[in-house]
Amino acid sequence: MIKITTSDRYDITPLRSLMTNIFSLVAGLFVIGIIFLIAGVNPLYAISEIFLGSFGSLYGIKETVTKAIPLILIGAGLTLAFRAKFWNIGAEGQLLMGAIFSTWTGLTFGDHLPSYLIVPLMFFSGFIGGALWGIIPAILKIKYSINEVISTLMLNYICAEFLTMLIVGPWKGSTRFGFPGTDNLPEAAILGVIPGSRIHYSTLILSLICAVILCVVIYRTRFGYETRVVGENPDAGKYAGINFLKTSLILMAISGGLAGFAGVGEIAGIHHYLGYPASVSSGYGFTAIIVAWLAKLNPLYAVFSGLFFAGILVGGDAIQISLGLPAATVEIVNGTLLIFLIMGEYFLNNKISVHVSTKSKG
Amino acid sequence: MKDICKSFHGIHANKDINLYVRSGEILGLLGENGAGKTTLMNILYGLYQPDSGQIEINGSPIRISNPVESITHGIGMVHQHFMLIQNHSVLENIALGYKDTPFFSPKKKLRKQVEEFSKQFDFKMDLDQRVWQLSAGEQQRIEIIKALLNGADLLILDEPTSVLTPLEIKELISILRQMKADGHMIIFISHKLDEIMDICDRVTVLQKGRVVGHADTADTNKKALARMMVGRDVVFNIDREKLEPGKKVLSVQEIHVTGDKGMPAVRGVSFELFENEIFGIAGVAGNGQRELAEAITGIRKIDSGSVRMNDKDITNKSPRHIYDNGVSHVPEERIRFGIAPGLFLYDNAILKQHHLKKFSKRYFLKYSQVKNHTKTIISDFKVATHSINNQIRNLSGGNIQKLILGREISEQPRLLVASHPTYGLDVGATQFLREHLLALRKQGSSVLLFSEDLEEIFELCDRVAVIFAGEFMGILKSDDEKLCDIGLMMAGSKGF
Ligand SMILES: Nc1ncnc2c1ncn2[C@@H]1O[C@H](COP(=O)(O)OP(=O)(O)OP(=O)(O)O)[C@@H](O)[C@H]1O
Ligand SMILES: [Mg+2]
Repeated sequence: MIKITTSDRYDITPLRSLMTNIFSLVAGLFVIGIIFLIAGVNPLYAISEIFLGSFGSLYGIKETVTKAIPLILIGAGLTLAFRAKFWNIGAEGQLLMGAIFSTWTGLTFGDHLPSYLIVPLMFFSGFIGGALWGIIPAILKIKYSINEVISTLMLNYICAEFLTMLIVGPWKGSTRFGFPGTDNLPEAAILGVIPGSRIHYSTLILSLICAVILCVVIYRTRFGYETRVVGENPDAGKYAGINFLKTSLILMAISGGLAGFAGVGEIAGIHHYLGYPASVSSGYGFTAIIVAWLAKLNPLYAVFSGLFFAGILVGGDAIQISLGLPAATVEIVNGTLLIFLIMGEYFLNNKISVHVSTKSKG
Repeated sequence: MKDICKSFHGIHANKDINLYVRSGEILGLLGENGAGKTTLMNILYGLYQPDSGQIEINGSPIRISNPVESITHGIGMVHQHFMLIQNHSVLENIALGYKDTPFFSPKKKLRKQVEEFSKQFDFKMDLDQRVWQLSAGEQQRIEIIKALLNGADLLILDEPTSVLTPLEIKELISILRQMKADGHMIIFISHKLDEIMDICDRVTVLQKGRVVGHADTADTNKKALARMMVGRDVVFNIDREKLEPGKKVLSVQEIHVTGDKGMPAVRGVSFELFENEIFGIAGVAGNGQRELAEAITGIRKIDSGSVRMNDKDITNKSPRHIYDNGVSHVPEERIRFGIAPGLFLYDNAILKQHHLKKFSKRYFLKYSQVKNHTKTIISDFKVATHSINNQIRNLSGGNIQKLILGREISEQPRLLVASHPTYGLDVGATQFLREHLLALRKQGSSVLLFSEDLEEIFELCDRVAVIFAGEFMGILKSDDEKLCDIGLMMAGSKGF
């Protein structure tokens, strides 16, 4: 008889945890390689193409940084929510809400205000949009004990449909020849880019500032302290007199608001108008979950893991074109890596032993 | 066990430990908080790997790399903090830990087996109850059944009695005696010397991770054991000087509170508490003590009645509001309420206090003050730890306890609500804590002390209330002659 048992591991060192992560990534890439093999592509070639496509050329690097911007913003915000064990998987919807709010601001006031007013105003309204969409599940959870995984996930779809309704209905632009989508934002509302790239630097700088501030918030402030206590042990939080509603509202406002920032960046920095949900975001809200996880829930590390996953997105796009793989390739790569990272986490925290005995007594 | 060594972060928790148990023998393991008892037993049970050393059974060396292997070698363990799944039923919990649980319909086959077993040892329990509905004693019995079902020859009990009522302790001891008669081996960890003297055949004493002595209980006494353990003589009594009660601090009027099972747990309790006073609440566990303490400190809702602190109404106010009105709380379920296990010591040292001006400035925490405060608690209360940058879950049970006590006492509360404050503390620390409570009393604070330990109650309290089924059976002064009938009152007779 073979029995597999698990027990808690007590001796986790930082080195061990780093090695586990690296090993998980390698193992994940190995499985991805097998998938490539099945698809009839040389796996070594494909994987090296991914990394060459993203980090191997100036163009690749520029694209990687561009895609890292929303990932860093959202990923950093998620580290805060996840620390409180608030499983926010609704960043995609929060991003879209931010995009909707800021588009409205841009289209309404963009013609009358100078750039230095309209841009901050758009970021502000985008934050509000994301935050509002973020605090709904917080209220539902604390007041009515509705599981946040379900509510945040569902709110994604509601927001996406709402956005679609806007762009095929009331907000459809007169310059779009009948195609869905708003008009382009006025010149003043469009973010500047680093010449020769699509890197909208104001959002990039904002994302780095946010990561640093969040780090301070988590480790230095009373609010961050309360977040960590609630996440570690809700009963102790209650005993300590922490107000759960207030804490959850603030942390979801921040987490959603940062996703809203990302939405502003995508609209004002890249697309310049509000189009279909899938074109606005390409799943950043979901990829950022992996970003936060790989960052070990530390917002500063989210900068690096954000860049890493942005690289995979860009590299995945590159091999789609060069190797003629289907569009789902990137998602397979991302999903596989997430599974391996989570498995790695499990093996890090639990010791597994296989136990063989010939015959056990009754 | 031979020459066992184990260190954490370069600090020895166990050093060159030699230990043996013969069949049909109960071995007591004694030592101060943090001496390494739990660590040593975790090694034997396969939870930790020793850095060096050897475990032998019947003379042949074995390697135990996880609890399943220890179970096949006939070793079972009941942990200091129970490890049952609260939302599962008793039977499900047993099935989970049983090595031959069938894959399909695991409960059916097991039920008969468990029922037979319970009869043999005279356990009474409802197998379909959820674990969270059970008292500590009942939970412990599940752990013992789990171990015995798996055919444990050697049963390790880590501080089994600290959470039990006196009656439950008696029952446990008779179970242990029966097991001993059946030829089982038992390792019994306790801080209560009386129990050790009572049931153990031999004692091994640890100090700072090393064995400092062995003794047969037949030719030693409490005093000698305590000396061996602490390294100096321990004085066993303290005197409580006479103090006149001062102003009224707390007044509780006719409060009713609902318990976890949805039944009334506290039914119309009233009392007042004055400065310079320690007010004891005696009673067998599970008679509403926990609910009463939680209601006063704001963790549990009060259905009717009122609580006033310094003449301000604090009924159903938030725990923080109540704390700010001068009420500290050492909760009964400390691991559940009292700490955030994965956070550092200094984070845990301000769990209830972090919002105070002393530790926070606007939105920020003043970590340098926090750390200094933590260091003070650690040195005042002799918390054994290698550093304050240590997750609190790494501390020994008694040291977690000391940190919580230090945290709640050091702020000079007007009222300290302390539930079983000496559970799990070693002799020295118990003595120290009692002195501290008396010092608080002298400085004009009052203490509401929940305890089952009558000796402790008699030693410390100015007045004692006896609680039974959520009601007070009476309130007695410490010099009242009826105090000798307290046992009857605890069993529910009023008549005074
Ligand atoms: N996982 C761990 N990581 C770091 N240090 C540890 C760990 N486990 C135990 N220790 C340290 O080892 C020492 C011995 O702890 P142990 O739990 O064995 O004490 P104990 O004798 O059971 O005490 P108590 O009576 O308080 O339960 C303590 O100083 C503790 O801080
Ligand atoms: Mg212990």
